[in-house]
Amino acid sequence: MIEVRNLSLDFGPTRVLEDISFDIPAGEFVCVVGPSGCGKTTLMRVIGGLLKRSAGTVARHGETVKGPARDIAIVFQDYANALLPWRTAEGNVSLALEAAGVAKSERQARIHDLLRRVGLGNHANHYPSEMSGGMQQRLQIARCLAQDPAVLLMDEPFGALDAMTRQRLQDELLALAADTGVTVFFVTHDLEEAIYLADRVIALAPNPGRVQDIFDVDLPRPRDQLATREMPEFLKLRRALFEFMQAFEA
Amino acid sequence: MKSIRAFAIPVALIVIWEAIFRFRDVQSDTLSTPSRIVVALVQGLGDGSMLTATGDTLAAGGLGLLLGSVLGVVVGTLFGLVPVVSRGLRLTFELLRPIPAIAIVPVAILIFGFGYAMETAIVAFACFFPVTILAEAAIRQVPPRLSEVSRALQMPLAARLFKILLPAALPRLFVALRLAVGIALIVAVTVEIAANPMGLGQRLMLAGSSLRPADMFATLIWVGLLGWVLNLGLVKAQHVLFPRMAGSSDAAT
Repeated sequence: MIEVRNLSLDFGPTRVLEDISFDIPAGEFVCVVGPSGCGKTTLMRVIGGLLKRSAGTVARHGETVKGPARDIAIVFQDYANALLPWRTAEGNVSLALEAAGVAKSERQARIHDLLRRVGLGNHANHYPSEMSGGMQQRLQIARCLAQDPAVLLMDEPFGALDAMTRQRLQDELLALAADTGVTVFFVTHDLEEAIYLADRVIALAPNPGRVQDIFDVDLPRPRDQLATREMPEFLKLRRALFEFMQAFEA
Repeated sequence: MKSIRAFAIPVALIVIWEAIFRFRDVQSDTLSTPSRIVVALVQGLGDGSMLTATGDTLAAGGLGLLLGSVLGVVVGTLFGLVPVVSRGLRLTFELLRPIPAIAIVPVAILIFGFGYAMETAIVAFACFFPVTILAEAAIRQVPPRLSEVSRALQMPLAARLFKILLPAALPRLFVALRLAVGIALIVAVTVEIAANPMGLGQRLMLAGSSLRPADMFATLIWVGLLGWVLNLGLVKAQHVLFPRMAGSSDAAT
């Protein structure tokens, strides 16, 4: 569904991404890892149409991506900046529906359905400032789901959350992805998170950012925070990814 | 307790002032006693002349404030949104900006004659530049993430402006309004003192030149009170409307 071919990106004289190629079939959950500065987030922004590539192509269903599209939703890491502080939870979800031209009469029901799906059913009238970090990130996910996306691009969405909240949100995200069949492109620096969530893990090497390796994750679904993380396959992938990362530490 | 102590020194000074005039029997064409000033203030308010003058000043000043602020927000938003326009008009803007508002009084008189229109135009001129600069900064300071959200949602420009940018900039625009209110009052009264035969400024000048110091000081105190009440009202409004912003901007005033 998403085809990236020989993608390169320059910021002025610096090459940030070089000759990146991969395919993501519809409904797949792909995680991208790599040392900091390898261009993970930049790659996500190019796929989302927020940044223009310097060379190569990004296509969806065979059509070249020229800019942002309504059915590509982006979940940002800094949820506090990505939400409208003057709108309630309800109003923030409504923004996406308003942008999509959904009739006012239909909005209310869809908003409440979406909020319930991310576990915020009882917080419709709360402002983001009255919510915890985990709840704010759930709210941003709800707004992205309101776009009825075919693709969900996520930029270290759980990076700023505590360990327990992070694990709960990981499971909720997997359930949502299974429910909706959405294709997920998930950027993270947490190797275990990547293995836990993904069907495939793309490992980027830095300077310039390029695809070093792509790991298939053969772990059964639904996944389980304890059992999955103890499986030999999980541990094997964990070792492989750690060794890959360590090669760039020096 | 603290507030009572704070009043001790001003009250003592007023009492001493009154006492010196009473017991030394000072005669003056330029100074008056606190008691006579209070009487003049009550008289002015009683016969309506002070209120008429206040109405004139607030009408001309308020209209100028409205005009200058609206234009300032529109132009500032445009500058903030389209850097090319901002750069293109920068020189023109910076050449006009340093002109003291009061220096255009003669020009304004030639165009508008005396009265409301002239004063309104000068107040608008004075408010326009600072509001433009603050509005441009307010739009620029909207978190870039919010602009990306509006791009990702493919919102049209109007929706982006009214649903994202202006609401996000509103607390800072309100600070610009507070500043502009202060400027409007100062400029309106100044224009009246310098040229325009109406309002509180004219009342000040007339009282001074006809050797009625009690009336002059009464008007002066009234103008001060007016400015104080206006600012207090705006600060209170800011606390109610933008609770998170209020704390940070108090230091600036």
